[in-house]
Amino acid sequence: MQRYFISKLGQSVLLLFGVLLLVFVMVRITGDPAALMMPREASPEDVEAFREAMGFNRPLPLQFVDFLSGAIVGDFGNSLHFKTPAMPMVLARLPATVQLAGVGLLMAIVVGIPLGLVGGFTPGSLVDSVGRGLALLGQSIPNFWLALIMILFFAVRLGWFPSFGRDYWNSVIMPAFVLGLPTMGQIVRLTRSAVLEIRGEDFIRTANSKGLEPGTIYTKHVLRNVAIPLVSVIGVQFGYMLGGSIYIETIFAWPGIGQLLEQSIGWRDFPLVQAIAIFTSLVVLAINLFTDVAYAVIDPRIRYDT
Amino acid sequence: MTTILQVENLVTRFYTLDGVVYAVNGVSFNLQKGETLAIVGESGSGKSVTMMSILGLIPIPPGKIESGEAGLLLDDPPRDLLRLSPPELRRVRGGRIGFVFQDPISSLNPVLTIGEQITESLTKHLGLSREKAKAQTIKLLGYVGISDPELRYKNYPHQFSGGMRQRVMIAIAIACSPEIVIADEPTTALDVTIQAQIVELFQRLQKEMGMAIIWITHDLGVVAGIADRVLVMYGGRVAEVALVDDLYELPQHPYTVGLLGALPRLDATDTKRLVSIQGTPPDLLVPLNHCPFAKRCEYAFERCRAEIPALRPVGAGHRVACFYDLQKGKPRHD
Amino acid sequence: MTPDELTQPADNLLDVERTFSERLAYIGRFFWRDKSGIIGLVMFFLVVFAAVFSPAISPYNPLKQNLRDSKMLPAWTAEGSWDHPFGTDNLGRDIFSRVIYGARVSLTVGFFGVLIAGTLGMVLGAIAGYAGGRIDSVIMGVINLVLSLPYLLFVVFIAAILGRSLINVILIFGITDSPVFARVTRGEVLRIRESGYVESAISAGARWPRIVFDHIIPNLIGPLITLATFEMSAMIFYEAGLGFLGLSVPPTVPSWGNMLAAGRKYLTSYPWIATFPGLAIMFTSMGMNLLGDWLRDVLDPRLRRSRK
Repeated sequence: MQRYFISKLGQSVLLLFGVLLLVFVMVRITGDPAALMMPREASPEDVEAFREAMGFNRPLPLQFVDFLSGAIVGDFGNSLHFKTPAMPMVLARLPATVQLAGVGLLMAIVVGIPLGLVGGFTPGSLVDSVGRGLALLGQSIPNFWLALIMILFFAVRLGWFPSFGRDYWNSVIMPAFVLGLPTMGQIVRLTRSAVLEIRGEDFIRTANSKGLEPGTIYTKHVLRNVAIPLVSVIGVQFGYMLGGSIYIETIFAWPGIGQLLEQSIGWRDFPLVQAIAIFTSLVVLAINLFTDVAYAVIDPRIRYDT
Repeated sequence: MTTILQVENLVTRFYTLDGVVYAVNGVSFNLQKGETLAIVGESGSGKSVTMMSILGLIPIPPGKIESGEAGLLLDDPPRDLLRLSPPELRRVRGGRIGFVFQDPISSLNPVLTIGEQITESLTKHLGLSREKAKAQTIKLLGYVGISDPELRYKNYPHQFSGGMRQRVMIAIAIACSPEIVIADEPTTALDVTIQAQIVELFQRLQKEMGMAIIWITHDLGVVAGIADRVLVMYGGRVAEVALVDDLYELPQHPYTVGLLGALPRLDATDTKRLVSIQGTPPDLLVPLNHCPFAKRCEYAFERCRAEIPALRPVGAGHRVACFYDLQKGKPRHD
Repeated sequence: MTPDELTQPADNLLDVERTFSERLAYIGRFFWRDKSGIIGLVMFFLVVFAAVFSPAISPYNPLKQNLRDSKMLPAWTAEGSWDHPFGTDNLGRDIFSRVIYGARVSLTVGFFGVLIAGTLGMVLGAIAGYAGGRIDSVIMGVINLVLSLPYLLFVVFIAAILGRSLINVILIFGITDSPVFARVTRGEVLRIRESGYVESAISAGARWPRIVFDHIIPNLIGPLITLATFEMSAMIFYEAGLGFLGLSVPPTVPSWGNMLAAGRKYLTSYPWIATFPGLAIMFTSMGMNLLGDWLRDVLDPRLRRSRK
């Protein structure tokens, strides 16, 4: 267990290093990051001065060492737009995004798991059809479009929810639902197929051969096994939601990291974009690590694997 | 001798995407108190499906039991297993009839402790309290030959070897002192040395606990050492049933002869080549109106391709479903 | 020796060796039972048809502005007219024609994106699986890195750096999506290597190119076709998303994402402008998902969705 955790932690650190390298390369991929970051109408002298100021004219390895040592202490340079350090601005936006993704994930779990369970236990039933329909919709509806349609109906026409911002208690409901819908579909699909798969396992036949009540078999023998893949998919989905909230936050003017990303791209504020990419990756890697640990806690095959 | 289980004319089919699978087509047999009955046949001969059907363990759908009876004759009045309500059947399964399955790796739940998987049977059928069930489980683990049962109680299946897992399966099967244990190829997935240990364990348990064992296998080599009687199945039907010695001495069905011929014998002095049975097993998707073995049988004549042979007595406790008299070397007369 | 080893097992009826026509009949039955596969196929073909024959089907030039006829409602409303079935946008362009032309952008991105991702991924995966050792660890390390990143965020990031063009979008998807194909290919190559029949083919004197064509490719085709369907659907989705953020093809090109982005400004007053491109994306995505689900069931029950 300890060794498992340490190896996972080591992998995460390695991946984080990979993220830093990737971001460093990406910003320089056009060959001239200064031109990328400066307004098009800037004079050559201004661009040259900027290049000097940002250190883009120094040798690449040196730049990378600087970049790395800054990253270790959480310094990702100043935002070009705000002229203040980038990372604190990203951190300030974190709670809103976590709230959005958290509520969305909660909705996805609360609706998705029961639908998937019922669907898996009674394939072909009405509830199963509803669940499968929802899964298909969740996969197929573009969420940036669904967000617009929902604003049109529930905010503009019906006036049930505010159409933007984060000012009221019910502001979070529409954006969280839209963000969580694909995840909801995924959870329905996964739960359903896991239940179907586990039900066909030999050990369920053994449980039946012991004469156990169906209720006992479902709750004790099936559910515990279904929980294992569920935990890992929920972790992965939470990561995707945090990284994929850019449309939803933009459309609903939700003051989170996604909105900041959209804005900073508009401003061509690449130090800020870079800070967002790195920080979000860090959060996602942390969630993945946490998921791996949770996975080990509920699966004795990993827990007791020396 | 007392008959404890009497199965009559069992028919089970599976309605699949490929069509109807005629898995069991009118199987009848009985089981005596305390005996070991081996059911022998190839994969797809219907031997496992027969036993699963009797205890309501086949998935429905696609499976369906079309007809038959399975009388539990010890009960007064005797009860038909195929007509019990699900709760009544659950009291029989695990309580009075125990199971051991082929693959001990996949047959135990990977996320529950070994102890838990045994105690749940005890609390269900014997109504023991949790502490008593735990004490009983530890006793059982020791009884089936697992060392340090108190420590092992808390272990998970993946921490056991294949042979040890099969011992756990056996402990589950015998936990409630059943009258019958059905062992479905219990040694097939194990190493040869472990196989022998498991066979020995079964023999010891039977001597001490006195239950009847139905041993399902495709391996006639194992049968000789343990069985009292043998039931040979082919194409979802009984081909031949006999006391084990009679079967080996005087097999009456060409298929049994083929099986015995295919068995490598350690005591064989001549270097006669192993005889394999030509052809392929019957396609169970087609309902047959003739002997299922006719296509592969070197003795088959017209009648074999036009009629289904019924089981007929050919000796004391020896019955065979064949139109050809192997002893006389010519077709039988009715 | 047991009878089973001497005769062919008939244990799993679905695994029994079957002739080609039997197999075809089986797939046909599957198709019939699971009508969603047919529906998905028809939906997908409709989109392909629209993309290939756009000039013939669309009643107007999708770029032609006509400010006098701007913001017309769809045909089935009281003020609408069948001259413009889906109405017109803020610049008087025919929305129906634009939706039809939009299929071209989406399918181009999806098709070439998957082509690049698939080719690159297969090559990388095959090298990793075949070479093993250090080469394998390096390739797998990069693959794991890309797969553990917040995908959408990085696509947005790269698109913002590279700028708006069709080629850039195709390259971005083609490269970032190749790890998914690489992983499946590598897994299959490893499985086949370990399964022993490659070994027996070698001992029977077969050479590598022959093994690749006779054993590895036939085993890979099923999973890869299924995967390609899902990934193409995902790319069409992501392309529209980039377009919505103004990061995909140039704004003058009639793509579904660009139309959505433009329509968003008129959401409350002229909602149909944003509605139809959204429906088009949903239609395409749903068709491809139905098709992909069906293909997976028929071709490869082992494959699980890897992303999205």
